[in-house]
Amino acid sequence: MADSTIKSTTEVPKENRLGLKALDYGGGKSTLCAGCGHDAVTNQIIRAFYEMSVKAENVAKFSGIGCSSKTPAYFLSRSHGFNSVHGRMPSVATGAILANHKLIGIGISGDGDTASIGLGQFMHMVRRNIPIIYIIENNGVYGLTKGQFSATADEGSKLKSGVVNDLPPMDLCALAVELGCGFVARGFAGDPKQMVNILKASIAHSGTAVIDVISPCVTFNNHEGSTKGYTYSKEHQELLHQIGFVPSYEQIEVDYEPGTVREVTMHDGSTVLLRKLEEDYDPTNTIQAISRLHEATQAGQMLTGLIFLTPEKKSFTELLNVVDQPLYSLTADVTKPSREALDAIMQELM
Amino acid sequence: MSETLIVPAALEENWSPGDGPVINDLTIHVATVNGSGSQSSNSVLMRSIFQMGVPVSGKNMFPSNIAGLPTWFTIRANKDGWIARKKEVDILVCMNAQTVKEDVEALTAGSICIYDAPLNCRVMRSDLLFYEVPFAKLAMELTTDPRLRKLLANMLYVGIVAELIGIDRQEIVTALNKQFKGKKKAVDLNVQAIDKGMEHTRTALEGQQRFRIERMHKTEGKIIIDGNAAAAIGSVFGGVQVVTWYPITPSSSLVESMIDYLKEYRVDENGKATFAVVQAEDELAAVGMVLGAGWAGARSMTSTSGPGISLMAEFVGLGYFAEIPGVIWDIQRVGPSTGLPTRTSQGDVLEVFTLSHGDTQHIVLIPSSVSECFDFAIEALDLAEMFQTPVFVLSDLDLGMNNWMSDPFKYPEKEFRRGKIMTAEKLTELGGKWGRYLDVDGDGIPYRTVPGTAHLDAAYFTRGSGHDAYARYSERPEDYKATVDRLARKNETARKFVPKPAIERVEGARIGLVAYGTTDFALQESRHQLKKEKNIDTSYLRLRALPFTSELKAFVAEHEHVYVVEQNRDGQMGDLIRLEVGSDQSKIRKILHYSGLPCDARFITNAVLTMEEVASSPSGPGKSPAPEVSSSRVPMQGPPPLGFKGDGQD
Repeated sequence: MADSTIKSTTEVPKENRLGLKALDYGGGKSTLCAGCGHDAVTNQIIRAFYEMSVKAENVAKFSGIGCSSKTPAYFLSRSHGFNSVHGRMPSVATGAILANHKLIGIGISGDGDTASIGLGQFMHMVRRNIPIIYIIENNGVYGLTKGQFSATADEGSKLKSGVVNDLPPMDLCALAVELGCGFVARGFAGDPKQMVNILKASIAHSGTAVIDVISPCVTFNNHEGSTKGYTYSKEHQELLHQIGFVPSYEQIEVDYEPGTVREVTMHDGSTVLLRKLEEDYDPTNTIQAISRLHEATQAGQMLTGLIFLTPEKKSFTELLNVVDQPLYSLTADVTKPSREALDAIMQELM
Repeated sequence: MSETLIVPAALEENWSPGDGPVINDLTIHVATVNGSGSQSSNSVLMRSIFQMGVPVSGKNMFPSNIAGLPTWFTIRANKDGWIARKKEVDILVCMNAQTVKEDVEALTAGSICIYDAPLNCRVMRSDLLFYEVPFAKLAMELTTDPRLRKLLANMLYVGIVAELIGIDRQEIVTALNKQFKGKKKAVDLNVQAIDKGMEHTRTALEGQQRFRIERMHKTEGKIIIDGNAAAAIGSVFGGVQVVTWYPITPSSSLVESMIDYLKEYRVDENGKATFAVVQAEDELAAVGMVLGAGWAGARSMTSTSGPGISLMAEFVGLGYFAEIPGVIWDIQRVGPSTGLPTRTSQGDVLEVFTLSHGDTQHIVLIPSSVSECFDFAIEALDLAEMFQTPVFVLSDLDLGMNNWMSDPFKYPEKEFRRGKIMTAEKLTELGGKWGRYLDVDGDGIPYRTVPGTAHLDAAYFTRGSGHDAYARYSERPEDYKATVDRLARKNETARKFVPKPAIERVEGARIGLVAYGTTDFALQESRHQLKKEKNIDTSYLRLRALPFTSELKAFVAEHEHVYVVEQNRDGQMGDLIRLEVGSDQSKIRKILHYSGLPCDARFITNAVLTMEEVASSPSGPGKSPAPEVSSSRVPMQGPPPLGFKGDGQD
């Protein structure tokens, strides 16, 4: 299989532009099972935020309930974190971002948290285009309750106990595209290079970025017959394209033949590079995105890459036309109307 | 078309022209069909009485329906300011064939019945004063548009009632201008209908001398507003920053009217909003957003009713345990389940007080007037941030959706109280050493940072799972106990900060009355009745918040019997009071009104008299112990405390 990323010629320095080390982006020790895909995702989140030189104090981490939802405690300990209730993290994140739209929001969810109990909130978050990076660490099972099928489990996939899933899986990427999400990607915990580029691009995105990561559960869904284990995923990963990411403060220094790479400029001025592996895949075409996802499912492929990307869509906070200063920090001189205003209202009611 | 004045026998007995008319004391009941536009007519009628200077209230009793089902509107005008619901109707306007039978049957002898000619009410009873009006024919003379005709028929009865009881035409025109916001075409058309109705009354109907409205000056400088709009204005002036909601009767109009006020008064000079309003996908999301916003430091709120509160239960427990501010208005309607969505109740007391699983206890503010809706909107935003917890405001349909007279709201002079916020500067002073859940001040209230605080040690991890004083995950028994014990301490602190009850003590009164919320209107009138009719003195404590303040215990201790009057089946507040007062609990008696209609004064008076045995003892309150059960209408509410339940008459 081809490499999933476009190699950048720029070297990664030992310190980022804030003078911080990767270690400064770390968190508490993971309590997940050794080899859990989620820990691999955590590592790439640390790397992406470090390499993007994001000020961790300006980040807010959110999660629901489940194994995946524990992970915000394992990265960015300098950021406020909120481990909320099962499936309803999108609403908490929405409220927090409305209170302070300067926060960089990152939400970590799982397939149980998003595709079952939280499906409604997930869909409405996407529909509103809440500015947040929303990662689904998707392993097809409920890990914390010891291995029941989730709604993303593939048809025919087997539990350790031999029980076969006979319901069709939900494709959260197709759903996000359908709902008008401006950034839809699928990654694989076993492909960190692709993952980190997707993450960096998501940091540069100004609306909801949905990242569905196939993140194997080594304890309950990594056996023969599982379709979300490491071996199966590696064998079935299908690259949509190679991804490169060039931040706004760097020059594009990648050599490529004209016509082979699509450049997409993000809101913050950075550039996402997508090198064609397939003929004419257009990541701004909703219909093509959905049909390609369906084709992959039918062919038993695990399609990864930046499936859909339209960075220009207005985010919810932009739509609400709020003042530039975060709402929470407004003081009474702005938020308490005048005595005359109350008099006028009272006059009207007399 | 001439109408002969018939004075039925019963009417002659009760009243004769020599008695002179009853001035400024009447109840008008309008029976129409939902969706027929009668709302405007009724508002105009009510407002014109208000403009005559007579204290007035208007109650809309409507179905959960858009069009076609019966709806009633009751206006009570009373020179002494008694504007609670009164069951007895003086003037009925009968426009609805579906309910005509029960509407006419419910009248007391001697009442006036104005009816649409085809309903032929006259044959139903002989003891009423009937006015037959050919509404369809009169409306036809006004317009050829069939849709308009229906609306104008309703305006016709305003003219008829006005002419019959003596409301000035000019006051109606003024009220119409207010109602239609000066839209000339609408006002002109409706004035024509009013004039037509008045003229018809003068020429075709006999006048009546039973009820009159005469100009007085008791409403000067007053406003008319519903509780939901009052709450909306209060929130706007309370500096609310994030508002979320999901439509539900009877709460929707709170945020809907808030949106109008926010757009008018909370947009800066560049046209940018100093607020965010989200219509959420459901109440779970609405409260989730409130907590997210509160966590991030905003003054946030949502508004809902019983079913929404039930859905919010899980999140509210998170807010309590993780200590996150947020305000939740509950405009109570009748439950359980869908219940009676368009009727009033005080049935959510226990639910909101202890909402969510585990040991929880919340601050609950209970306004009983539109001005308290305004004040408590601000107070709730302050208390939520001061106590870092969800705060409920318990209103109800009667207060929230009906129009009430009030003195104008006073400008909130107090500074906003934003609670214990740890800033980057304070953190630097402390050398970055702090614990999110450390009880530094001994009042159970810790300090918090908000996300985005520019300090490397500002961050902490919020979770609904077990945690220690430093917000670290913990399942240790001592950490859990320390957390919930501190939360209990915080609840104790809250007792000193929530609004104190309003108390009216009468020297020597043996009987104490306790009520809250909209029961207040009927209760005050009932005290007046007890004094005037039976010379019974009562003291009165009106609760304004949970948890209870120290005044309650003292009040119960001072009285022989304490009647807790409320609008739910189980006497929920009564039970909480019994728990609170301990050894005095046998003094607590319950008077319970739970038909979905607002409580009326006579109901309370009768209940008190029954339980005090006054009914059978004309000399006044007996010295013997009160009966456990004195009639079949007084079922026992668990032995031995007494209860009076009812209003089967509704």
